[in-house]
Amino acid sequence: MSDITRSDVAHLARLARLAVTDDELDVFSGQLDAILDTVGRVSEIDDDVPPTSHVAPLTNVLRADEPEPSLDREAVLAGAPAAEEGRFRVPRILGEEP
Amino acid sequence: MTTVEAAPYTVEEVCERFDPVMGLEVHVELNTATKMFCGCRNEFGAEPNTNICPVCLGLPGALPRVNARAVESAVTIGLALNCSVRERSGFARKNYFYPDMPKNFQISQYEDPIVFDGYLDVPLDDGSTWRVEIERAHMEEDTGKSLHMGGATGRIHGADYSLLDYNRAGVPLIEIVTRPIVGAGTRAPEVARAYVSALRDVVKGLGVSDVRMDQGSMRCDANVSLMPKGSSTFGTRTETKNVNSLRSVERAVRYEMGRQAGVLLSGGTVRQETRHFDEQSGTTSPGRAKETLADYRYFPEPDLVPIEPSAEWVEGLRKELPERPWERRARIQSDWGLSDEELRDLVNADALDLVAATVDAGASSESARSWWVSYLAQQANTQGVALTELAITPEQVARVIALVSEGTLTNKLARQVVDGVLAGEGSPDDVVAGRGLAVVSDDSALTAAVDEALAAQPAVAEKIRAGKTKAAGAIVGAVMKATRGQADAARVNELVLERVGASS
Repeated sequence: MSDITRSDVAHLARLARLAVTDDELDVFSGQLDAILDTVGRVSEIDDDVPPTSHVAPLTNVLRADEPEPSLDREAVLAGAPAAEEGRFRVPRILGEEP
Repeated sequence: MTTVEAAPYTVEEVCERFDPVMGLEVHVELNTATKMFCGCRNEFGAEPNTNICPVCLGLPGALPRVNARAVESAVTIGLALNCSVRERSGFARKNYFYPDMPKNFQISQYEDPIVFDGYLDVPLDDGSTWRVEIERAHMEEDTGKSLHMGGATGRIHGADYSLLDYNRAGVPLIEIVTRPIVGAGTRAPEVARAYVSALRDVVKGLGVSDVRMDQGSMRCDANVSLMPKGSSTFGTRTETKNVNSLRSVERAVRYEMGRQAGVLLSGGTVRQETRHFDEQSGTTSPGRAKETLADYRYFPEPDLVPIEPSAEWVEGLRKELPERPWERRARIQSDWGLSDEELRDLVNADALDLVAATVDAGASSESARSWWVSYLAQQANTQGVALTELAITPEQVARVIALVSEGTLTNKLARQVVDGVLAGEGSPDDVVAGRGLAVVSDDSALTAAVDEALAAQPAVAEKIRAGKTKAAGAIVGAVMKATRGQADAARVNELVLERVGASS
């Protein structure tokens, strides 16, 4: 039985940079609770079953270390909201690097 | 606002009351040709945003592909650090928002790093060894570089906006994490520096990274905490980020020990946080409170399948591991019969590899050493370049040495040949031919020159004939002058004695 609180939802929303209203905190905490309960049934499986992160039975898909063409800088920067001196311009960064 | 806190206690004072615990995280940028997950070039100093593509920019639909060479380098580093190689290893997404990471997640490894459980035996200043245990080393990608604009200092605080260059975003990184280093006491700062130094030497020896701390291709984060003497429960740690020289590693650890002791002894508690090291003042200042691991919401990277290195492949890499740098130095010292001081001079002059390569190319260690630490070091100094940047190869130096020992060149002529090579006139043989520098070994030409000199100085010739063979020096000098130094003085001396009929 999971127990997602309003403050858990608010925390997750902040990490995901989502704006969530007060009403939505209630709605989402109930919904997430139900989802986690359902997914939680997976843990009823025996411990000796390895977790599956990929369904395709592939390993070692590797690329040779050989340069390939990059994109044209002006074309890329043209898609950015702002650019300066060949760089992407972003608003003032408030926090420090995580 | 920046306040510099004093570190009121010396390391000795700290260790009367506390035992320090350290954990070091070192990031090494690999020198692969391309990035970790795309074919963009991995190069330092390129024009901003010229090595970027949909993958490293995180454009919708772009799919990463793993660089085989980066995996090989990661395993090689792990083997050099006595690690086990994981049979099945996967990638994970580490989620956070920051402008230097266009995807809004970093592809890293989480629960199953490629190599784990190793150690490095680190040489300390007094000749003893400290074993640092390695918890893991994993593959990940570097972030872009930001430039903070406006404000007075170019720092993030007070900046008006920032400019981003994503050339470095996606460059392969190996993060090497130690287990807690306990019991070093007052030597903790030294152990930290010695570990990073030894790690740098080992990785450099593997040839998989430039490990230039000044250029950021090797970066260290130092975790430090204190526990009361006799306790085995670790205290709250701080993580000092981006300590970017060996000296700074030592200073940052020393400062944090003193600072934390001050906090604890005045009844306070150490806050778990990242801190920044200031090179100028040698102090650390608080950054943000550390996010918890859960906040990164790691999950298996859906776009990349696991890596399963085969045992044969791993054993092949293990066989190719080079000697440890300090073991190699010890071997070279004994092979070449060097004193500790002579070895240290070679290492400090950055000449060890050059001399070794010259010896490998057939020269004796004595002459190779003499060329690199005296004449060539002087030339490098004059040109204002590093010895390794001189426009002459160890093979060419070995060739010059061979020309001297076979008698084609005198030492003086050899220096002129080296000058010619450095000036871009080609190989040593090209310079000898081009400048007409070979020793005149044609006896008939020399004999003529000797006869001429004797005729010019009959009084000297008479002295020699009378048995004063030392007087021959004047004639030899005249002949050397006449042949512009291109004669073998010893041979000329023999000829002088021969021509006057004196026996030596």
